[in-house]
Amino acid sequence: MVPEIPTTLDSVPLGARCLVTAIDGIDQLARKLLEMGIIEGEEIEVIARAPLGDPMEIRLLDSSLSLRNVEARRIHVTLIGTHP
Amino acid sequence: MNPPTAIRVALLGNPNTGKTTLFNALAGLNHRTGNYPGVTVEVKKGKGIHGVTPIEWIDLPGTYSLAARSPDEMLAVDLILGRIAGEPKPDVLLCLADATNLERNLYLISQARELGLPIVVALTMNDLAESQAITVDLARLELGLGLPVVAILAARNKGISQLKDRLLEASKGPTPAFDPPLPAEVINSAKNIAQDLDSELPPALALRALLDEGGSAEIELVQQYGAKAAEMLASHRALLTQAGHAVAVLEPRHRYKDLRKRLAGVVTRPKERQNTFSDRLDRWLVHPIWGVAFFLFVMLLLFQSIFFFASPAMDVIDGGMESLQDLARNNLQPGPFTSLLVDGVLAGVGGVVIFLPQIIILFGFLGILEDCGYMARAAFLMDRIMSRCGLSGKSFIPLLSSLACAVPGILSTRVIENRRDRLATILVAPLMSCSARLPVYTLFSAAFFPDPWWLAGTVMFGLYATGFVVAPLVALILRGSLLKGDVPLFVLEMPTYRRPAILPTLKRMWDAGTSFLYRAGTLILATMVLVWALLYFPSADSNGLDFPTRIANANPEDQQGLVLEWKEQSWLGRTGKALEPVFIPLGWDWRIGMSVLASFPAREVVVAALGVSFGEGEVAANDEEGRNKLTQRLKAATWPDGRPLVTTASALSLLVFFALCCQCASTLAVIARETRSIGWAVFTFSYMTTLAYAAAFAIYQTGRLFG
Repeated sequence: MVPEIPTTLDSVPLGARCLVTAIDGIDQLARKLLEMGIIEGEEIEVIARAPLGDPMEIRLLDSSLSLRNVEARRIHVTLIGTHP
Repeated sequence: MNPPTAIRVALLGNPNTGKTTLFNALAGLNHRTGNYPGVTVEVKKGKGIHGVTPIEWIDLPGTYSLAARSPDEMLAVDLILGRIAGEPKPDVLLCLADATNLERNLYLISQARELGLPIVVALTMNDLAESQAITVDLARLELGLGLPVVAILAARNKGISQLKDRLLEASKGPTPAFDPPLPAEVINSAKNIAQDLDSELPPALALRALLDEGGSAEIELVQQYGAKAAEMLASHRALLTQAGHAVAVLEPRHRYKDLRKRLAGVVTRPKERQNTFSDRLDRWLVHPIWGVAFFLFVMLLLFQSIFFFASPAMDVIDGGMESLQDLARNNLQPGPFTSLLVDGVLAGVGGVVIFLPQIIILFGFLGILEDCGYMARAAFLMDRIMSRCGLSGKSFIPLLSSLACAVPGILSTRVIENRRDRLATILVAPLMSCSARLPVYTLFSAAFFPDPWWLAGTVMFGLYATGFVVAPLVALILRGSLLKGDVPLFVLEMPTYRRPAILPTLKRMWDAGTSFLYRAGTLILATMVLVWALLYFPSADSNGLDFPTRIANANPEDQQGLVLEWKEQSWLGRTGKALEPVFIPLGWDWRIGMSVLASFPAREVVVAALGVSFGEGEVAANDEEGRNKLTQRLKAATWPDGRPLVTTASALSLLVFFALCCQCASTLAVIARETRSIGWAVFTFSYMTTLAYAAAFAIYQTGRLFG
């Protein structure tokens, strides 16, 4: 079992899975992230990064989303492992 | 017995949930689009009949949330609440929910059920869910939501008839009560605001205004009820904040919590998520190396198809127009009427129709890319580069398409949801060197930069590069000034890959073509007729003799001189002469100036206009022999004092002017249409003309310094 390391989503490595622990802020961006289903307790897997490392593609529930790093930095997560 | 009254059904759902497919299955392909003031998105409407009841279908723009930040997003809320003039309130709301992504789709439905309409839920993407071993327990879902749910497979017409039955039933049934899954204080605040402002005001609208600070609902209420509404909203927000509620973000958290409760036991999915076909494809298509290589290949294919595959069709149209013009010229009495028909109307119509093949091909191509889900991947790959100039990855394809023609490029900005991004992209698209600039580029670079062998090509490259450099710079300036706003969010869904459907793609090509012909056609035609008139009148010389008659009776060798004499004293010629002081700092005399003025409605006209001005007669843009003769004339032309007219400096200044100027009535018409405002078209025209003049001025004056 990988230890639960707290971090933000932008620094989660490719292929890793994590649990959302908190979303920073009470602004439009925080709201948009929440509306798209990025809510405390959801599981996220990082599946790709665009050339030059930004934006990133994540899988959440059963949909794929693309996020810029500045947006991902608002999402606090704990790592729970990698996709088998 | 009275015939049953028609019912109105509005379709609401997330993007990429198969809404277009369902709409087509319900309404057939025969639909029309509705436009609303201040709104740039289109709403499709179609008519149908179920049993004996006529149904009108209204396809609302796809959205993830009703928290509207722009008039475009607010349209759905206003239409459902019946707040749009001339648009009666719908009777039923048909909400779509993607079976592979229920929770997020139901978020929108959770908001929609407060708007006071009966709702029927259509569960889509059932085949995809099955392939991913996801099952949805329909009975439990209906129970959990308290709404009728019908599973459909629109592409195969499954469940459609049952869906219509349920819609008819629901239209006679009760409307859900206003009961949002939010803290009681929030609900009470919304109810109080609605009561205090106006007993007619739906509490749902007050709730939206309360929760979406600075959003469109608040703006609407303040417009309607004045400062009182603003004060009331602010004081209720302050109260809620005091009570410990984060107003801006409480809605999604509470709604999702409620949805998880309602969805308990509804969806069964495999323990380990399967690697789907989409996942495997994405491993390659968004790969930093292979993904980029494939993207470049797609772009090359796109560019080739609009640039070269369209040219045979364009040649046919061009040839057809010319034979029509010849036919008219040979069979009608010469005179103002024939000239108007040939040089005004036919040339004008030809100038519009010529773009049709490019637009149809581009829209077919883009439609397929969008339908199969690749468009989001392309935006993903290009986002980093485009964000440097304040745009997003979605602006790349419109700008690239503008290399062929800005008209389809601007039309394809419809995929950009962010209004400011879309505007910035539209306003800089005409700076990209389009194919209509090619004849001018070729003529001047071949004539004045023939040696050494690589110079002409380098000049051409430099002109294209000018667009590539200036467009992002202007976008950056616009995003920092006129179009200032939050950095656009790039939370973008990457839809599951799908096979594109043929019929809707064809329909989209047809729609793009006809609407372009209708809207741009009327304006460019009018402009062409105007330029014709300015070049034709006055048609009598100082002795009162008619020029066309004199030309017809003159010796062939004198005809060109007479044509020049006629044009020189025409309104446009006089303007050109009067404006010569404006042209001289650019290194142009009145003849070049007049040709440039004449080419403002359509820049490719300049070759023909130069032909007239320099006494070579009409030169068709693709007539190589005519162009060679014109080249000789231009090289031989002098100022009155005998200095050669066209030098390296003045040739470059003319070329750069053409690279940066917006000499295209079609483009301006399309900008006015797509932004729903003449103002932006005027703005584009003004800034580009200023920019072009300043650049041409700088180049000619620098060139003179260095001899």
